[in-house]
Amino acid sequence: MKDKNAKRYGMVIDLDKCTGCGSCMVGCYSENNVPFKADETNKLDSINWIRVYKITNNKTYPNTEVCYLPMPCMQCDGAHEGHSPCVSVCPAVATDYDYDTGIVSQIYTRCFGCRYCMAACPYHARKFNWWDPVWPADMEKYLSPNVSPRMRGVVEKCSFCFHRYQLARDKAYLEKREELEENEYQTACAEACPTGAITFGDLNNKHHAVYKLKNSPRAFRLLERLNTNPKVYYLTSKSWVRKAGDNYLAHEEPTKIKNNIKEHH
Amino acid sequence: MNETPLIPAGVKRCSKWQFSLWMAVVTAVLLWGVYAMYLIWYKGLNQTNMNDAYGFALWIWADLAVIALGGGAFFSGFLTYIVGKNELKNIINLAVVIGFICYSSALLILAIDIGQPLRGWFIFWHANVHSMLTEVAFCLSCYFAVLTIEFIPLILENPKLDKKPFWHHLSHNMHGIMAIFAATGVFLSFFHQGSLGGVAGVLYGRPFAFREHIFIWPFTFFLFTWSAAAYGPCFTILVTKITEMITRKKLVKDSAIHLFAKISGWMIITYIIAKSIDTIYWAFVTAPGMGFTLMDFYASSTYNIGLLFAEIVICGFIPGLILITKRGRENSFLLMSAIILGVIGVSLNRWVMVLQVMAVPVFSFNEWYTYMPSWQEVATTVLPVAYGLIVISLAHRYLPVFPQEKELNPID
Repeated sequence: MKDKNAKRYGMVIDLDKCTGCGSCMVGCYSENNVPFKADETNKLDSINWIRVYKITNNKTYPNTEVCYLPMPCMQCDGAHEGHSPCVSVCPAVATDYDYDTGIVSQIYTRCFGCRYCMAACPYHARKFNWWDPVWPADMEKYLSPNVSPRMRGVVEKCSFCFHRYQLARDKAYLEKREELEENEYQTACAEACPTGAITFGDLNNKHHAVYKLKNSPRAFRLLERLNTNPKVYYLTSKSWVRKAGDNYLAHEEPTKIKNNIKEHH
Repeated sequence: MNETPLIPAGVKRCSKWQFSLWMAVVTAVLLWGVYAMYLIWYKGLNQTNMNDAYGFALWIWADLAVIALGGGAFFSGFLTYIVGKNELKNIINLAVVIGFICYSSALLILAIDIGQPLRGWFIFWHANVHSMLTEVAFCLSCYFAVLTIEFIPLILENPKLDKKPFWHHLSHNMHGIMAIFAATGVFLSFFHQGSLGGVAGVLYGRPFAFREHIFIWPFTFFLFTWSAAAYGPCFTILVTKITEMITRKKLVKDSAIHLFAKISGWMIITYIIAKSIDTIYWAFVTAPGMGFTLMDFYASSTYNIGLLFAEIVICGFIPGLILITKRGRENSFLLMSAIILGVIGVSLNRWVMVLQVMAVPVFSFNEWYTYMPSWQEVATTVLPVAYGLIVISLAHRYLPVFPQEKELNPID
């Protein structure tokens, strides 16, 4: 049941500011106990909750342009709220949509590893634990106690650092407050970004930075035409970057395409 | 000629040594698969060549393919017990045995294909009623139970068991109520065959797989049920012909084969027309709405437009047209060609609806994904084939699978 005070947490990533340094990935790995392999050459079986893609305009020098595109889980709403591509297909309700925050969760101890959610996700945001997590010597002592490490054979993905939301809610409760301040709940990647390219907050709250940013003329979402209705927005001033974020027929212009799906407020 | 009292009276079987040698060879293949299965259960899915882009691969194709090929069981049950095509009673036993093999294999493959096999029961316990996979799991398990019930009376007809009055009467009474189970099987099959089509069709994040809906069911839901009913009989006829070839005797009269082939032909023709309409709508309406042209989906050297042509024309219209014509059915070369093309056609359809869905890049900046199965995946996919050969060999040797065998092959 949706609360009338429900939040709709989302993210705005300014691609004009992203330098591709990868701090967001490092911050995420350490915050969320994301396991890694001794050899990470094969990216198709690496686990990362946010991955920085490098895309180019496919032009030769000196017209080559590069853009770094950090991609966490898009926390899709779908055509109607809660109908995310992955949530609707999971046969065991191991992934769920939280109507209070709009965050798509993953219940590791419920997941039995059928990987249907991975097939459903067009963003490849979901990763499978092909191996048992192995940590280098003594590193287990430095794992975050707030996030449970995952076992072999289950799917995991970005949770918008949901444990941070829970901690902030606990603190607010003890202080007899209903609402969280914008800076009380921030994701690790947003905090780690040295250029301030990642902004996080409640997309429905007019006082949060993301509210204003998502309405910028530079704003767009990835694969919007699939009606996934993501809660991660991107900002770019480059038309080729915007075009790369979705699929268009030869005669189509990204800015002139009308989307069937409206945001949920 | 009976070597043991286990062999039905009035029929001729190969020698014990010949049979044992054949069983040893097939069992060796089976054990290879069992070893691979052990490795996967013990070490995990890292034994496969699947990856995060290719989360569904060879096994899911094998699942979908064996369930479609096993569709001859529910469709022959429907035709025999509900429509009243009594001629098909001469082939229905084999259809049930094939169905039993296919569905037990599908369940086994599903058990291998999950990351946490010990949690497999969660699909029933924590069922998400909105998931097509949940519907598949429930209907598949229930239908496997129905197939087991349908198989039991045939097992009880083994001469040794049939001598015991209890088993004899049980078998007789089960035969009497078989129409109820056949109807239940048809009902369950409609849903699980459809749900398997729905598994791909509901993936609205995957433009290659996604199809428009009628209520909650994507078009693939109906196409999968239809194609299983259409092509399943081809596989039943193919196995009959292979068995006849190996045993060097006629086991089913042409009248039954031709009737089954004719019905299959009409089902294939109507299915392939529906499939063509679905493809045209998808190519010209659904996909462009998502920013894709048809050729975007076939822009790979492996997954080129030839596959679509092969599926619809070579393995669709051609076998369908052969089987609906009397001359085509009665010409053994054309009949064999049609049923083989049919079996390839439905397997190809299931292949593209699993593996091509994974291969097609959704982002314009991604490349096509490639995948080559590991030997463990191949071995565990061959395992059900070996298991099927063992079950069919045992069933043929010890059970009266073909009611017309005695009449067609009288022995002194």
